[in-house]
Amino acid sequence: MRTNDIILQTVTKIVSFIILMFALHIFFAGHNNPGGGFVGGLLTSGAIVLLLLAYDIKSVANSLPIDFKIMVAVGLLFAVGTGVGSFLFDVPFLTHAFGEFTLPLLGKTHLHTAVLFDIGVYLVVVGSTLTIIQTIGEGE
Amino acid sequence: MSLLHFAIIAPLLFACFIPFLFKRLNLIHTGWFVLGLSIILFIYFLRFLPDIQHGGIQETVNWIPSLGINFTAYVDGLGLLFALLITGIGSLVSLYSIYYLSKEKEDLGSFYVYLLMFMGAMLGVVLSDNLIVLYTFWELTSFSSFLLIGYWYHKKRSRYGAQKSMLITVFGGLAMLGGFLLLYLMTGSFSIREIISIADGIYGDPLFIPALILVLFGAFTKSAQFPFHIWLPDAMEAPTPVSAYLHSATMVKAGIYLVARLSPVFAEHGLWLWLVAGFGIFTLAWGSFNAVKQTDLKAILAFSTVSQLGLIMSLLGIGAAALHYDYLDDNLYMAATFAAVFHLINHATFKGSLFMVAGIVDHETGTRDIRRLGGLMQIMPVTFTIALIGTFSMAGLPPFNGFLSKEMFLAAMVNVLSLDIFNMETWSALFPVLAWVGSVFTFVYSMMLLFKTFTGTYQPEKLEKNPHEAPVGMLVSPIILGALVIVFGLFPNILSTSIIEPAANAISPALIDAGQSFSTHISFWHGLTPELYMTIGIVIVGAFLYVTLPKWERIYGLFPKKLALNHLYDQSLIRAESGSLSVTNSYMNGSIRTYMIYIFVSMVGILSFSIIQKNAFAFTTDGLAPMGLYEVVLGVIIAGASITILVAKSRLTSIIALGAIGYTVALFFVLFRAPDLVLTQLVIETISVALFLLAFYHLPKINRKEERMGFKLTNALVAAGVGVIVTVIAFSALSNRKFESIAQYYIENTAEKAGGLNMVNVILVDFRGFDTMFEIAVLGIAALGIYGMIKLRLSRREDT
Repeated sequence: MRTNDIILQTVTKIVSFIILMFALHIFFAGHNNPGGGFVGGLLTSGAIVLLLLAYDIKSVANSLPIDFKIMVAVGLLFAVGTGVGSFLFDVPFLTHAFGEFTLPLLGKTHLHTAVLFDIGVYLVVVGSTLTIIQTIGEGE
Repeated sequence: MSLLHFAIIAPLLFACFIPFLFKRLNLIHTGWFVLGLSIILFIYFLRFLPDIQHGGIQETVNWIPSLGINFTAYVDGLGLLFALLITGIGSLVSLYSIYYLSKEKEDLGSFYVYLLMFMGAMLGVVLSDNLIVLYTFWELTSFSSFLLIGYWYHKKRSRYGAQKSMLITVFGGLAMLGGFLLLYLMTGSFSIREIISIADGIYGDPLFIPALILVLFGAFTKSAQFPFHIWLPDAMEAPTPVSAYLHSATMVKAGIYLVARLSPVFAEHGLWLWLVAGFGIFTLAWGSFNAVKQTDLKAILAFSTVSQLGLIMSLLGIGAAALHYDYLDDNLYMAATFAAVFHLINHATFKGSLFMVAGIVDHETGTRDIRRLGGLMQIMPVTFTIALIGTFSMAGLPPFNGFLSKEMFLAAMVNVLSLDIFNMETWSALFPVLAWVGSVFTFVYSMMLLFKTFTGTYQPEKLEKNPHEAPVGMLVSPIILGALVIVFGLFPNILSTSIIEPAANAISPALIDAGQSFSTHISFWHGLTPELYMTIGIVIVGAFLYVTLPKWERIYGLFPKKLALNHLYDQSLIRAESGSLSVTNSYMNGSIRTYMIYIFVSMVGILSFSIIQKNAFAFTTDGLAPMGLYEVVLGVIIAGASITILVAKSRLTSIIALGAIGYTVALFFVLFRAPDLVLTQLVIETISVALFLLAFYHLPKINRKEERMGFKLTNALVAAGVGVIVTVIAFSALSNRKFESIAQYYIENTAEKAGGLNMVNVILVDFRGFDTMFEIAVLGIAALGIYGMIKLRLSRREDT
């Protein structure tokens, strides 16, 4: 039995982007305000779960052609790579560096290698959550 | 590495080539190669004879110098005597085995590998000066003996005998290792010669008695002393050459060797004399008494070996008394040591030949049961002659060598009567009496062995084969041993100066150090002494008992079977097995609930014990923050939700109550100002409640009864205990704060050093980023694990 869930789908189209934006905000604000890679990642997967609820697994897989298991691996690579990268500068594993840089377009910007590490956390969290939810959803 | 070391391990090295010789040169019986090696080694060791008259020869190869463990080979009279026995009897046994074991039917490769392993190990035991090296070789003799007893491994009795000998001798070996370690603790050296040189200093040490007893455990198990003798009769399932070699001439004398070798260390103590002499003399009487009731030739010989080993052991014990008299002229007890060494040689000769005779009879008639044998004298005249020499020597009749050593033995036992140390006077009469009784029974079974086999009526219908005289090759070895019995009997003095004196001197070096030397002259006729009358008595009473044997044989049936040592051994094995099985079954019941109770109860027990033991409980209200209205309200909500989980009838209610707890905890985080935790807790709680609902939805339809959780008192008590103990620890820990928190560092440095304002996140990714890295790894593993569990369904695929 197919129910007509046009309202749900339309609302989802709008709300999921708001959630995504909020997730990105939480992620980038993490270093100075509450938030960070973990919560950002969970919220992002919340947005995708909403898509899964409103549509079905296949159409979400078509519009988001991502293998979330690979995402986990990429995230781990980011985290480990940030750590290994500090060897290049002859400092201990996982030593972070930061500073103010003047970039083209953005002007004076505060950059921090911890963000690379946080991206790793973010990707692993999104990848793991969605792998779990997808496999259980397809499990039947 | 000297030639001496090479000679010791030569059998082990040669054993590596045996399988090739067996496979490639299969036209020649493999035993010939072994025979060659043993003869070469025998001649090599003979060349040491002149050297050892004035002390020993020592060669060292470093093995583990940092621990004081070096392969030090030391040849003195005692070691050389054993080395000659091992290689000499080894040669004869190899020769005998060539004719005894068939080239076509038997796995000769394995046999000679085991035999050479044993020979090398035995040489190592008797020529090692280092206790640890000695122990290593000692265990190797146990293992190779195990392999040889179980040579016909398809027979159940062989496996039983091999296992029994293994358990008993390894038990003793481990005890002996303990004794060696105690010796090391006392003296700081593993070298026997060094230990002997400082033995006086350890006499009063509290570890001295334990070391003495542990070492004797090793010696008594290996040398089959009462009550550890029970493995030897069962070891007779081995091929006869093995019985002749290991279980009469060499391995069972390793314990004798150990006692003799360590006598200079321990003999000063009265306990040594009592234990060695006491167990020895009792073993003599017990073994000879039991030998009479056996019907199997090899079983008679086994009990006879037990009894003769007891004889040698008791002589060594009495010989220890010599140390307490500082003069050597007319030292009666030194003569006991002398007799022990002499009888050791004699026993090896006549017992070796008797085993070979038993093997020939078995080989030619197909049975070893004396009830079926008889009248073989005319058919096997040569075998009969050898048996006659062997048994008469064993019984102690002139002119054979057994007579001489038995006379010396009786003389030593009579001399015990004049011993006036260690309260010996009270019990000393037991020694000559037991010795005499044992000798009477020795006479009886010797006569049984000879006459029941070779005289009487010939019953060919009871035999499996048509008996005839053995082939010449099989007879050569027993003939040589029989000839030695006569030669040593007629000319005993060729032995006394060349080998027995250096060996006896090695057993009692303290007396020799005092500048005295000991020499004796063995003579047949030594006057009308008490021992001569005892021997005459033995012959008369023994002959009478033998003739009337059928009349009094029934007394053996009177002995309760329940008290027999074999019965006790078997029962203790069965009991140990069933006991450990029932113990394991009683606590490993397979129920997780039980195991959780073990874990929690031990946790509560250990924690409360240490709190009480250390008096660690503390409770102060200093420095506590004031409690607000919100905290109380949230606490009440959590408590209510927890109780709901316990008493809820439906699982769904429990899941929702659990979610309520999670969200309340998030509210607690709000109250305690942890915004990052609030965010994470809210999302995670949502996800986990969703997963719980998923699991709930998939519960199987059958057995899905909505019912309240049952009440179990133990569970309630354990849960209450865990709760109370954790609360107590939390209070105590809070009241016992000793140091300031390190949080101040983070507060000061977060912005400055890490370039961030969110301290939680900075700690997570920067200060303690290493932990975070592995936490996300855990998350990834969990995701892949769930993916794997759901996608990979091997068992279901098999079902369909």
